[in-house]
Amino acid sequence: MIDIIPLLILTPLLWASLAFLFGPVWGARQAIAGITLQVVLAVMLAENVSGGALRTHAAGGWEAPLGITLSADGLGATMLLLTQVVALPLAFYAEAYFSRHRDGSDTFWPLAGYLLAGMNALFLSADVFNLYVTLELVGLAAVGLVASGGSAHSVAAALRYLFATLLGSGAYLLGVALLYAAYGTVSLAELTSLVSEAAPTATLLAALLMLTGMAIKTALFPFHFWLPPAHGGAPAPVSALLSALVIKASFYLAVRLWLTLFLPLVTPVSAQLFGVLGAAAICWGSVIALRQTRLKMLIAYSTVAQIGYLFLFFPLATDTAPDAVQSALQGVTLHAFSHGFAKAAMFAAAGAVILSTGHDRIGQLGGISAHMPLTVFTLAIAGVSLMGLPPSAGFLAKWLLIDSAIASGQWWWILVMIAGGLLTAAYVFKVLRHAFLRAEQSVTFRPLPRMAEWPAFLLALASLALGGRATEVLNLLGAP
Amino acid sequence: MKLLPRLGVTAVFAVLAAVLVHAVLNLPEPAVRLGGAVDKALGQSGVSHPVTAVLLNFRGYDTLLETAVLLLALIGVLTASGQVPGSMRRLPSTPHAFLQSLARLVSPLMVLAAGYLLWAGSHRPGGAFQAAAVLAAGIILLYLAGLLPANAASTSSLRAGLLAGFLIFLALAAAPLRNGALLQYPVEMAGALILLIESGLTLSLALTLAGLFLCLPDEFEEEDD
Amino acid sequence: MTPGLLFALTGIALFACGAAGVILAPHLLRKIISFNVMGSGAFLVLVGLAQRDGGVDAVSQAMVLTGIVVSIAATALALALARRLLNQCGEMRFPAETPDD
Repeated sequence: MIDIIPLLILTPLLWASLAFLFGPVWGARQAIAGITLQVVLAVMLAENVSGGALRTHAAGGWEAPLGITLSADGLGATMLLLTQVVALPLAFYAEAYFSRHRDGSDTFWPLAGYLLAGMNALFLSADVFNLYVTLELVGLAAVGLVASGGSAHSVAAALRYLFATLLGSGAYLLGVALLYAAYGTVSLAELTSLVSEAAPTATLLAALLMLTGMAIKTALFPFHFWLPPAHGGAPAPVSALLSALVIKASFYLAVRLWLTLFLPLVTPVSAQLFGVLGAAAICWGSVIALRQTRLKMLIAYSTVAQIGYLFLFFPLATDTAPDAVQSALQGVTLHAFSHGFAKAAMFAAAGAVILSTGHDRIGQLGGISAHMPLTVFTLAIAGVSLMGLPPSAGFLAKWLLIDSAIASGQWWWILVMIAGGLLTAAYVFKVLRHAFLRAEQSVTFRPLPRMAEWPAFLLALASLALGGRATEVLNLLGAP
Repeated sequence: MKLLPRLGVTAVFAVLAAVLVHAVLNLPEPAVRLGGAVDKALGQSGVSHPVTAVLLNFRGYDTLLETAVLLLALIGVLTASGQVPGSMRRLPSTPHAFLQSLARLVSPLMVLAAGYLLWAGSHRPGGAFQAAAVLAAGIILLYLAGLLPANAASTSSLRAGLLAGFLIFLALAAAPLRNGALLQYPVEMAGALILLIESGLTLSLALTLAGLFLCLPDEFEEEDD
Repeated sequence: MTPGLLFALTGIALFACGAAGVILAPHLLRKIISFNVMGSGAFLVLVGLAQRDGGVDAVSQAMVLTGIVVSIAATALALALARRLLNQCGEMRFPAETPDD
């Protein structure tokens, strides 16, 4: 059914607008209804494209290059599924969170709705200029969400994020301009067929600009400076959305461009550069995470580190054996999934801690194991997935990446991944250790609504259970 | 920022600019020329100006998303200033009488100009965005002249006005889905549908653009963090 | 040297200056203006190069119109946030980095 593709974009646009019209109370209900529908649509689309099929939709009835083409393949359908499935529990969680914590509740639902619409539009777009518009939609929505925290800290973090994201999309736009000048079209399919190894300098520059732009937007080391304050300082449901989902959108675009448009142009050297930056992110991010004193900042730096794993895709999939490429793509996609579930769970759990105790200082987490056992369990399970312990999906993802490293003869990445796993274990255990201490006298624990804890727990369980059901996700991915 | 990083950044961008210049001066002929395709399809688009045809028909999906971006920015501005729409900033000082008379004279003309731009978009440069910009400027002029009442509209009707254009666009985007593609106008109705969309957009975008200015945070409010 | 090509070269210069300004300028308003200059540069390159042979290209003009609207949206958001920061911190600069407490 071709109609699913536009519906995935129109649905969130509709409920986001209605949420703005009717206010936050109705907004939550409309959001939950809308996202539920989106989950169903994403599953239907996934079934449609499994096994390597491709579904396209010509917006306006005009075929490319005159019109804009929307298309869904295995990779896009997978990302869409991840987005909707993580968004649904987070919607329930956000409703509970904002019933207690008023800051930012007024505009959360419209902003989140436009964010989801932008992400769906991004995963479905096959037109490089349209991708620019979707990038801005996602970016501005995310900035608005970060700013909704209200404090000077949040506003400064939002501004830093805004400038970083604008630099990234500005670079991307210049790349689009060069491509249009060189080839006369902005349709991804047509451009892919036109770009060859003998491409003019303009195409090479376009590749450099667009990939650098995506690196900035994904907070790859050394462009990561904007992420910790933005993800750490935002309200917990926002942090969860940003770390679990938004950061994957620009990474997806980098992979898409690398595998389709710029495939004739990529060199092993540039791929290794991405890998080196990824390795630096893993090590640097994990070390800084260890030194944090606040839970949400620790989790934010953990995101910086985990993003590094994603960028190991590039050296593992460029100019290597086909099964190395396949393992690399599967590993990275599974990592995006497991990290999405686990990170959303962790931020939601941190938010629950804040709701209950009023703070998130790690040193004073004592007692939450007795008063909020479900939340501690959530943190532990999510940590298992982040560390890459079996049987979680995180383990399977790292296994696939190591497999790819062996198949392509690049054993040095294995060392990096092992180091990353050890450092991750260190900061996860740091949190858990404090959680199991006895409570200090001065801390009071407010009881939590059920919806403040259960969505996080379910997300963490999903990251664990996905390890067993991963074959379905990988089948969906099909051949790149 | 210290001197060495500043020099480094400047050097990087200077090199980038030089390489870009070289690349641009050595561009080949493009393989695809869209101008011909646009001219061929212009007859079915419902308008006679190619830019409007591209904006509202061939690449109308881009316009749909960009309207969402603008609405989103307004919501972001409202978030940043902690205001509800409908309550505007205080004027810094009493407006001069000359400004008030001028505003009274000029604002009906601006409405007229906006209406003309909207209608003219079908066969010459113009259209919804240009008309909305003029209309928004008129609203801001009235505000600066102190002629806009403090609570010009109730919150809900203002929100409805902001969203009306976008919702009309969304409805017309979804309607053809039953037996066609997103935003696929039937050829005989294309011109009328485009006009309908543009009218709705003009109103909503005018309110949005005016709101982007009028709802900025007030200056020097004492705020404790 | 056609007019289109001249516009494109100007656009390159503007883009480079604007991007450098976003990174280097300490005052928030200058960062915002720099970002606008950068965006305008990219638009000039898009529309200049598309019409470098002297013709008229409707698609690139429409794309630039879209881009300008998106740019306005981003600028407005940036200004609102900068104003809010001014109210909260007293000056139009990023507050000095505080170590996490």
